[in-house]
Amino acid sequence: MTISRRTALRGVMNGAAIAVGLPLLDIFLDVNGEAMAATGPAKGAPLPIRFGTWFWGLGVNPPRWFPDKIGADYDLKVELAPIKAFQHRINVFSDFSIPLDGKPNLPHTSGGVGIRTGMAPAADGGLPAPSFDVLIGDQIGTRSRFRSLEISSTGDPRNSLSGRGNGNLNPSEVSPTALYTRLFGPGFIDPNSANFTPDARVMARRSVLSGVTDQRKAFEARLGASDKQRLDQYFTSVRQLENQLDVELTKPQPMVGCVVPRRPPERDINAEIENVMTNHQIMSDLLVMALACDNTRVFNMNFNNGASSLTRIGSTITHHQLTHEEPLDNHLGYQPQVTFFVDKIMEAWAYFVGALDGVKEGNGTLLDNCLVFAHSETEFAKFHTIDNIPMMTAGSASGRIKTGIHVAGESTPVSRVGLTLQQVMGVPVDKWGSGSLETNKSISEILA
Amino acid sequence: MLHRTARTALVIALPLVALGCMTGHLAGSVSAEMPAPIAASPEPLGQIVGMRRLTEAQYRNAIADIFGPDIIVAGRFEPIVRPAHQLIATGAAAASISPAGLEQFDAIGRGIAAQVFDPAHRATFVPCTSKSAAQPDDDCVRATLLPIGRYLFRRPLTNGEQAAYVRMASEATTRSGDFYAGLQLALGAMLVSPDFLYVIESAEPDPARPGEMRLDAYSRAARLSFFLWNTTPNDALLRAAAEGRLADPAQLAAVAQHMVKSPRLEAGVRAFFADMLMFEKFDDLAKDPIVYPRFNQDVAKALPEQLLRMIVDQLVTRDGDYRDLFTTRRTFMTRALGPIYNVPVVSRTGWEPHDFAATDDRAGLLSQAGFLSLYAHSGRSSPTLRGRAIRERLLCEPVPDPPGNVNFAVVQDTTNAVLRTARARLSAHASDPTCAACHRITDPIGLPLERFDGIGAFRAKENGVDIDVAGKLEDANFTGADGLGKALAGNPATTECVANRALEYATGKATDDQADLLAALDKGFAADRYRLPALMLRIASLPGLYEIHRAPAPASPVASSPATGAITGANR
Repeated sequence: MTISRRTALRGVMNGAAIAVGLPLLDIFLDVNGEAMAATGPAKGAPLPIRFGTWFWGLGVNPPRWFPDKIGADYDLKVELAPIKAFQHRINVFSDFSIPLDGKPNLPHTSGGVGIRTGMAPAADGGLPAPSFDVLIGDQIGTRSRFRSLEISSTGDPRNSLSGRGNGNLNPSEVSPTALYTRLFGPGFIDPNSANFTPDARVMARRSVLSGVTDQRKAFEARLGASDKQRLDQYFTSVRQLENQLDVELTKPQPMVGCVVPRRPPERDINAEIENVMTNHQIMSDLLVMALACDNTRVFNMNFNNGASSLTRIGSTITHHQLTHEEPLDNHLGYQPQVTFFVDKIMEAWAYFVGALDGVKEGNGTLLDNCLVFAHSETEFAKFHTIDNIPMMTAGSASGRIKTGIHVAGESTPVSRVGLTLQQVMGVPVDKWGSGSLETNKSISEILA
Repeated sequence: MLHRTARTALVIALPLVALGCMTGHLAGSVSAEMPAPIAASPEPLGQIVGMRRLTEAQYRNAIADIFGPDIIVAGRFEPIVRPAHQLIATGAAAASISPAGLEQFDAIGRGIAAQVFDPAHRATFVPCTSKSAAQPDDDCVRATLLPIGRYLFRRPLTNGEQAAYVRMASEATTRSGDFYAGLQLALGAMLVSPDFLYVIESAEPDPARPGEMRLDAYSRAARLSFFLWNTTPNDALLRAAAEGRLADPAQLAAVAQHMVKSPRLEAGVRAFFADMLMFEKFDDLAKDPIVYPRFNQDVAKALPEQLLRMIVDQLVTRDGDYRDLFTTRRTFMTRALGPIYNVPVVSRTGWEPHDFAATDDRAGLLSQAGFLSLYAHSGRSSPTLRGRAIRERLLCEPVPDPPGNVNFAVVQDTTNAVLRTARARLSAHASDPTCAACHRITDPIGLPLERFDGIGAFRAKENGVDIDVAGKLEDANFTGADGLGKALAGNPATTECVANRALEYATGKATDDQADLLAALDKGFAADRYRLPALMLRIASLPGLYEIHRAPAPASPVASSPATGAITGANR
């Protein structure tokens, strides 16, 4: 890159009369932003790299899911077969462990929380520490319109593994229409529109929010340590709101992949599997467009919840209850009704990856400029096992990681995955996790 | 989902009536006559010792009280995470606001501000005529925002805050050329301020305990108001705070007594039980349409309301004994529930009282379809889930999670030719000693409810076999829902538990280190013949409720007398 930062700033100032184009500025401050693309958003400007998670509850049938072969060109077992078209862009992680250091194995909590926070929780109810998607968001998400988007397909806004700790969670969007309005309703600016006029009302709101921020000092003087942390989180949220308005006041860069979608119809919101499949598809498509339009660079998609409340018409109990109560079929060697849900989940995951791959961007697709981390919260739900929890990544983060590899952790702590993904996304961290989950060992097999 | 009655009847704009039925509705007090000038809060404000995020119900109630029920609050609220085995009220004391949550609060707040100053409403809230429709008018802004700010922040604004919000309005008016747009933006800013979204509790030196701190007057007003009425303090309460009446224990108790006698106590009691009984679970209650074709959205909506109506009737309207809540045969029906209970419902709309016959097995809270369907699977009943809910929610006795490697096969198989009832299947399952330990404490109080299926409808047989509803709670043997209700009513843990929860609810803190105080409270509860309003008054009047204790509780038994029982804040 030959352009100097000074030149860049001046260019930006000339280009947008109202405010400094922060998304552009981001590019020049981000030393890792190497994703130059010939047909990028603006000539010569790199494409943004996005990070997200895709969560599902209740694991898999391990012998029917995990590949036998370690390394590249891994074999696809029947339950992983839906990803076949994308196998070379998906990594599979097996045999990582979650040492609990004497804490209880909280069913359907310890696994997911351990993976995302690098800490075994002591009790149910929220996150004990920041989830690493938030730490990545602090690095790459602070200047986009949405710092991150959280979505749940099963209708419960509490279904989330994202948050800053202290028991708090980033709530999930559960309604396709509400998600649509939030993304593409008032406040959305089509980056490919020729006209751009900053809205005077938005400018007024922006100035008022500065007034809210101005009160911070007076507050802090009155606070003890525990409440100070919460007030910090509040003001981080205010900062994000200000940022959202800054984005609305800035002429966006054209994004070739951005096509404003149509408003989806009103839909039932519940945990019935076929309805969940459709809602997941609609919300995935909306999310993909939010990424393609560069309205967010971080997301957390939750297909179902940990103790899955998925139901199937005619079944008397939920997916979760089935994992415990359905007998193993001696002939088949697995629980057929539970496996029905596992197959649906993998089908949904393949849909999600395909949706990202459906948007052309640069020389490749949106998927290439993403790093998506998919994981569950148990290995085999019938027994609540939390070692060897199934995990995957999809996309190469614009070539920052190698893909199409099966990595075996050989019982090393699962926090290695969180550490590595943070490093790949530019978080300056060399050690992560608590207790036996603390690690400084990245997963070198996937580093490009 | 919100569970409360319409509050239209409560919002009466009468400025100066007795505190107990006073509403503090701004729409009345401002337009009727200008109130006495509001003295600014002195700066700096006191040290913050607690921040409790408003719940959705509290937010909605506050807006309805301040601006009137016709102001629509549209939007989704970031849920507050419930800590394990505790109340949402306790989660609220640790809740932060995420970027997505604040985005929603901002949208909701702007929606409210736009309505308050729209042409239909502005005359009610703007007590002056601006010098120009397009120019700033600081005096008029001040006259408008000061009374509103006092209600929203539950204390008068400081001089610094007054200046800041007036400046915001003026700058926005200058920018937009619209006086009311300026007011709107400033009000929108107040509505996303932490001063509004959090109930901020601040402290002042305690003259009675030199060197120690106590909650200041306005924090006391807010604590009383949210605890007893689940809403923001009204004008009378804020005046009581301003005049120093809440600093004196006797005067504070008198104020609390007025509040407990007010019809608004109902809103407080509803909110308390919605929290204690985990009503957020109703938000995603779903039943299998093939197994339970009678269950639909109207039924789902009516279930929590029926529980609350029974609770309010027994505990507030009749001022009855809490223990009788588990044996009363008086409930309320609405059309949607008729088919579930198999009773005729005369009223086409609304609710009508209904008494179960003495021969009916339905008695008390636990035989209501709301409880029975909330604690059941999507397609069948669950004695274990019901027993666990009774233990954890009503007796405050946490039940451990099942171990990981359990074989549930026998429980699941509802078509088992030999084990045809849940009791038979569970006893086969619980022959495993690792399972038996917990099932012993849940199943004998869940099985008596087995004549009610997964949506709470009556059935005498399961798979053609008569259902045995024998049960046991500690040493008491009984049969059926009626017997279970009597056993709960006779169990001391039942009343201890509700007193424990009420104390946690009032303070937003777990009560683990409060054994002495809880024992004293339960004794007082007994002396009050277990009437809940009296218990709430007793808690609201505890001097210890308003004391701040920096250090964790000492290792030795608490020195303070049970009567004043200090609330120690372990996290301070």
